[in-house]
Amino acid sequence: MTDTRQKVLAQIGELLDSQRLAVLSTHKGNQPYSSLVAFSASFDSTYIYLLTPSTTRKYENLTANPKVSILVNDSRNRPDDIYNAVSVTGTGVAEVIEKSENMDMLNRYLKKHPQLKEFSNAPTSAFIRIAIQRYFMVNRFQNVVEVKVIP
Amino acid sequence: MKPLLNIKEFADAGKSQVGGKAFCLSEINRQGFSIPKTFCIPCKVFEDYLDQTHLRDRIFFEVNKKSLDQMRWEEIWDIALRIRNYFLNTSIPKNILSDLEKCISVSFENAPVAVRSSAPEEDDASSSFAGLHHSFLNISGASEIIKHVKLVWASLYSDAALLYRKELGFDIYKSQMAVIIQELIPSDRSGIFFGQNPTDANESVIESVYGLNQALVDGDIEPDRWILSRVTGKIISQTKPVRENYALPTKAGVAFKKLRKTKADKPPVNNHEIRQVWKSGRQLEDLFGRPQDVEWTIFNDQLIILQARPITSTGSSETNDKRSWYLTLHRSYENLIQLYEKIEHKLIPQMISEAQNLKEIELESLSVESLCDEIEKRQKIYDHWVKVYWADFIPFAHGIRLFGQVYNDAVIPEDPYEFMDLFENTGLKSMERNSLLEKLARMIRNDEGLKTQLERELLPESDHPFREMLSLFIDKFGDLSCATGSGSECQYGEVSIIKLLLEFAGRPAKQVISFEHDTDALKNAYLKSFPPDRRDFAIDVLRLGRESYRLRDDDNIHLGRIEAQLLEAVREGQRRLDDPLTEDKHIEILTKIPALSLTKESRSKEEKPEADTLAKEKWVSSRQIVGHPAGPGIASGRARLIKNSQDLLSFKQGEILVCMGVDPNMTFVVPLAAAVVEERGGMLIHGAIIAREYGLPCITGALNALQLIENGTQITVDGYLGIITCQTEEL
Repeated sequence: MTDTRQKVLAQIGELLDSQRLAVLSTHKGNQPYSSLVAFSASFDSTYIYLLTPSTTRKYENLTANPKVSILVNDSRNRPDDIYNAVSVTGTGVAEVIEKSENMDMLNRYLKKHPQLKEFSNAPTSAFIRIAIQRYFMVNRFQNVVEVKVIP
Repeated sequence: MKPLLNIKEFADAGKSQVGGKAFCLSEINRQGFSIPKTFCIPCKVFEDYLDQTHLRDRIFFEVNKKSLDQMRWEEIWDIALRIRNYFLNTSIPKNILSDLEKCISVSFENAPVAVRSSAPEEDDASSSFAGLHHSFLNISGASEIIKHVKLVWASLYSDAALLYRKELGFDIYKSQMAVIIQELIPSDRSGIFFGQNPTDANESVIESVYGLNQALVDGDIEPDRWILSRVTGKIISQTKPVRENYALPTKAGVAFKKLRKTKADKPPVNNHEIRQVWKSGRQLEDLFGRPQDVEWTIFNDQLIILQARPITSTGSSETNDKRSWYLTLHRSYENLIQLYEKIEHKLIPQMISEAQNLKEIELESLSVESLCDEIEKRQKIYDHWVKVYWADFIPFAHGIRLFGQVYNDAVIPEDPYEFMDLFENTGLKSMERNSLLEKLARMIRNDEGLKTQLERELLPESDHPFREMLSLFIDKFGDLSCATGSGSECQYGEVSIIKLLLEFAGRPAKQVISFEHDTDALKNAYLKSFPPDRRDFAIDVLRLGRESYRLRDDDNIHLGRIEAQLLEAVREGQRRLDDPLTEDKHIEILTKIPALSLTKESRSKEEKPEADTLAKEKWVSSRQIVGHPAGPGIASGRARLIKNSQDLLSFKQGEILVCMGVDPNMTFVVPLAAAVVEERGGMLIHGAIIAREYGLPCITGALNALQLIENGTQITVDGYLGIITCQTEEL
């Protein structure tokens, strides 16, 4: 891996670790739909994980159309966010994975969101893995760098 | 807290509210010295204004678009200009304004006042730096005073203050500003007292001029100068200038007038008064515990202290970068007028004849020894003119800025760069050059036979009109391709110009956009915003701005022509080095010349392009790069990175010029470009000026653009927003 890519990915990883919530965008029938989700990322930032009830619109959308986009940012609802906040958009493919077969990942997820332990135990909560293809990192108001995760 | 404090209330309010200068004045007043009638608008009013209008958010947004550490002076000046314009355009909320207006009217009625800065951080022993924040003289009437209060507030973010923020301990996010309003004393005579001579700790210095102090402080009038013993006050020496002018308050601020002979013949102050100034200075030193820098004036034979601050040795002398030089760019109107005369009537004619004389020397016929002498001579000449360029030409460019400020203060436009429209059609040399290129291109466009001939690299007969015009062009503007870069190895000859001309001919003629109609209306509006008795001043500053704008471009062309002559001689040296018939002893002589010391191999090695880090990686690419919008419009095209003069010759019509900065000697490709992107920042830099002349979208200050953008990629330049978007793969 090249230095620059490593550096940018490290910055992205840092942001993903520092934030609890992300905005997930799914779509169905030509209509995009955005939801706030509790997420975690794999060590190398190539996968994003989240839990969702299987009755939700986002679940319905992403099972029908697995191409999704997810946005994480560190804004604090202050005027200086506009130049200080960093935001990362990931695009990729979502997949429902078996909780029992991915206990390592689920435990890592629950370590970040311990309050969701019971939620994860419910048979109706689905564990979603998004394989990220690209990241777009935006800082200082409109500077954008694109990183390929999967060619 | 009251919006306007009288001097007795300063001490209670504290330095954090009234600022260093005001606090100091109240101490001086308490000790029984005479000072002018003085009031202060405390920092609280400034804070309330910023909060209630949300101006603070806009200021910080402006300052944070890019790291200040990565900005050049030009960009910092732009930020300061924009912020100043925000202040001018943002009214003080009614609840603050009505109180303030009432207090000012009651305290001063219509008497002329000085409006001065007094920042809490300012004038600390460690951070004293005169002139960072602004002061205004001879302002009268509540509404005018309040307008200038806003300008003093804005100067908290002046270019100089932003540039020296670290040395000053100036925290952009926390700094505040109080404003002193002080009755203007119509001084007969005035001066400064320097408690301790910076060059000799045993001495004090007094300088004095007739009239207002302003001219002395700004360096516009040469003062009388006395060196005194610091301990006894005895006069050690006196320096007499030629006394010609004095400064007096007028409606336009300050003006200069000729001194009557009786005054011109004798110093402004007598020995008794010198003693009095020295004594007061000593007392102030005792009061504040450090040697003081005192501004004083004498009115009706009474000594009045205007301000005092501790002497510091920090600032200009201790920084070895160019910032202290940059501060000298703030020239007064008078100074700029003098500079204009010098440049237009002395320096430029000298440069033209210098280049002409060099051109007449036949380099081919010189012996190796004479050629070496010639190269050295040309190097010296060129170095000399580079020095002149920094000493006189660049400071003169400040005329553009001075006009911008005068325009904005008078017109208060929403767009702080509106004033630049009044610079259209100033007759830039590079536009003249480009129009000659366009004529040549038209000849090719209209003559299929000529075109085919040129494409085969064949020149028509020497009496062919095309050949004649080409010679005229080369005579007038030198050889384009060689006057562009550092000149390590530049391609030479008519061939390269013809290549470029064919490119010009391959596209429809591009017209320079004419703003004549708009500019008339704009100019009238500008003049009307001045009272009738100040319109002459308005016209003069506009003229100065236009001349400054024109010369900013022309001086570069002239310097480029001298550089071209140096390169010409170096090239002749290289030719001889490469010639197998040149004797060894001559090679030895030639390689002693620094410009020729590199061998052919190392020359070619040097030119190897550095490896691009980010751009070449397929894994990471830039999608958007942000700079400053410097020319409105939007355009897409292939990016052509210009890293040296060679790159220019392959420039194709419709490409986007991406470079460090458009060197004035490379502007000839601009008419071919669809847009211009520069790493170097600033609205008034050369590339931006030329792009505007052609109506091309332009972005400046696009940090690392040469690394982030890959040669040949499709990019879109949004000159309204200052955003470059690189085409990347589909999602």
